[in-house]
Amino acid sequence: MSRTIVGPFNRVEGDLEVQLEIADGKVSEAWVVSPMYRGFEQILHGKDPRDALIYTPRICGICSVSQSIAAADALANAQGVERPMNGELSLNLIHACENLADHFTHFYLFFMPDFARAIYTKEPWFEAVEKRFKAVKGRAAADVMQARAEFMHLMGIMAGKWPHTLGIQPGGSARSIEATEKVRLLSIISGFRRFLEARLFGTELEAILEITNQQQLDNWRDAGDPGQSDFRRLLQLSQDLRLETLGQTTGRFMSYGVYPLDGERTFKSGVWYEGQLTELNPNKITEDISHSWMEGQADPTHPYHGVTLPNADMDSGYTWCKAPRLDGQVVEVGALARQLIDGQPLINDLVASSGSNVRNRVIARLLEIPRVLIEMEQWCRQLKPKEPFCVDSGVTRESEGFGLTEAARGSLGHWVRIKNGRILNYQIVAPTTWNFSPRDQAGVTGPLEQALVGAPVREGENEPVAVQHIVRSFDPCMVCTVH
Amino acid sequence: MTQQTGFNVLWLQSGGCGGCSLSLLNAESPTLLHTLEGAGINLLWHPMLSEETGSEMIALLTQIVAGEIRLDALCIEGAILRGPNKTGRFHILAGTGRSMLDWVRDLSVVAKYTLGIGTGASFGGITAGGGNPTDACGLQYAETERGGALGESYRSLSNMPVINVAGCPTHPNWITETLMQLALDDFTEEDLDEWQRPRGYADHLVHHGCPRNEYYEFKASAEEHSQLGCMMEHMGCLGTQAHADCNTRLWNGEGSCLRGGYACINCTAPGFQEPGHRFQETPKIAGIPIGLPSDMPKAWFVALASLSKAATPKRLRQNAVADHIVVPPQTKKKGT
Repeated sequence: MSRTIVGPFNRVEGDLEVQLEIADGKVSEAWVVSPMYRGFEQILHGKDPRDALIYTPRICGICSVSQSIAAADALANAQGVERPMNGELSLNLIHACENLADHFTHFYLFFMPDFARAIYTKEPWFEAVEKRFKAVKGRAAADVMQARAEFMHLMGIMAGKWPHTLGIQPGGSARSIEATEKVRLLSIISGFRRFLEARLFGTELEAILEITNQQQLDNWRDAGDPGQSDFRRLLQLSQDLRLETLGQTTGRFMSYGVYPLDGERTFKSGVWYEGQLTELNPNKITEDISHSWMEGQADPTHPYHGVTLPNADMDSGYTWCKAPRLDGQVVEVGALARQLIDGQPLINDLVASSGSNVRNRVIARLLEIPRVLIEMEQWCRQLKPKEPFCVDSGVTRESEGFGLTEAARGSLGHWVRIKNGRILNYQIVAPTTWNFSPRDQAGVTGPLEQALVGAPVREGENEPVAVQHIVRSFDPCMVCTVH
Repeated sequence: MTQQTGFNVLWLQSGGCGGCSLSLLNAESPTLLHTLEGAGINLLWHPMLSEETGSEMIALLTQIVAGEIRLDALCIEGAILRGPNKTGRFHILAGTGRSMLDWVRDLSVVAKYTLGIGTGASFGGITAGGGNPTDACGLQYAETERGGALGESYRSLSNMPVINVAGCPTHPNWITETLMQLALDDFTEEDLDEWQRPRGYADHLVHHGCPRNEYYEFKASAEEHSQLGCMMEHMGCLGTQAHADCNTRLWNGEGSCLRGGYACINCTAPGFQEPGHRFQETPKIAGIPIGLPSDMPKAWFVALASLSKAATPKRLRQNAVADHIVVPPQTKKKGT
């Protein structure tokens, strides 16, 4: 059987190819190809560990701050540095700003434009959706870009710029905040709240968080006009196109947890499978290169001892991406995993009834926006302008450390080993490395490869629209994936 | 605006992080889409914004290469990966089986203007760091050496060399303003500096408009992160040498690296990623920083620095090493 090759995908971050076998109008098997390798782990070898703060954010233009947080956490862990309260609050605000802007950008610019494609012309909702969400031309695009840009003023104040700040340091934030700046930050956050309430949700953020099960969600959907609330529009499209039937994975989820404050993570870490929540053991993380264009590592290896050595001629390989596994198992990461593990009631109800799928991934992402924005308001109020934002952190000659955090699209980890004051080994496992993992030694496919199986292919489709929805539902970041 | 009448832009991402595209989305008042529309600029395709995917996009590229659709500006973001062994296989454009290196070479032949977006596409940048494992380079430079992916003698159809909109990332307006000037036919080779960067921003120094200028004048220096003083003496700041208007144009409303509390790393320059010492630390000989401000005689700098250090007011000396203002400026009251 010949494979159908789909790519390049746009409206994802970076370059992606998907190879499909199609039988009886459905995808029967899938291979996910990450077609670019840059070699950050090789570049970092031998450098001063603190230089990782310059290099690693530049792995990715969209998860830039998450990369900085993971690097700063890994260095802080290696040095035993603890941040002052203001430092934690500032880093959480900067990180949350990136994550929310990513969710927002993903929904409006990457995900929704697919419903304005010509294939849906005959649907009763098409005209309205096209008017609002058509790529480049839709009304929403320019509005949301202005709202996003204004929200990003928080970065201008707290991080100097976005992407690629150097303000995120192991010891906290390089930028102390004055009392007048604190109120400016509050006004930026409230400006974004206004946009969300007026257009994305069409109601108060608190009201969205009061929806705790699918029945209530269905009732809420039916109680208003989808033309006045983009979230309601998504729910109506999901119902109409049965998006809950697309993109199922085996449903084992992982979250590292995120936004630490005073010894606790605001979103809890853990592993979830079939309704059981267990503790995460990061020592059980390995990377397998059996199907990658990589060499130098016979067996799956923990990132502290991982090897990243490209070889484009490995016949067994079909991607530059490695296959990360947790205790030998495939896991899905992202907003759905994060909220499920954190105990969000609506998400738990949706997953209990329909598992992991396109609809649930997108709903989880949108529900995270009010949850986190409300946290941001609290964090901002807690800033104490006259107290320290950063403590000094040196570098020890021999140490190791790791930093685990959550980017918008899922779990991100950095592992560093330092010898003679230099980086001996630096390994990065990114969210989409997990989600777009290739097969492992046992031939087990990664989450997207699983999710694509069964995707319907309509007559004459070159790029099946179902495949487009499934791929983008993961909010992939390909530049992070391989780095 | 149609493809026949407007200024057609094709944007492709190569061996970079996508950060220049994300930065571009930060354009505001008016937003990116309104700015482009107002200037008559068509996005033939942009990886984050366009609808076309897969075969639709490949068909578009094929038509452009064949000359069926006019290409006014070819924007390449990210370094070009030439490895392994000159094959370009470290980046195969998905769905095509061909390296981005080959696609860029083909497209550059039919482009009226070719732009390197970001320091990667301009010079190699971060991806060319360390031992440069992917043999990354810019479109017309491999760091400071002319050549790169397209070669020293490359000129686009307008007889212009590659325009290097360098920066890691670039400022959104560096991109939009350059494209708008090109669309107006208002941009010539005279508008490029020594590294083929648009002089509109590259004729300025990051130092200009730095809010820490008073600390600089008196050499009142920060010693640790989050302190208010000048970062040139200890923290590795290259703002007095870096070509860009970051402190007069500002980022994300009111930011810049220095305003964000960290050093300028001269990210618009070729080779910035390998400074030869650790970032965030000023290399010194006998206590004197090695990298002095552009075009300033060293003896004068040393003389002025020691003089100004001796004259540093207590206010600046104390505030420089504090993370908030501890000594406010005093007003001389009448009769005192």
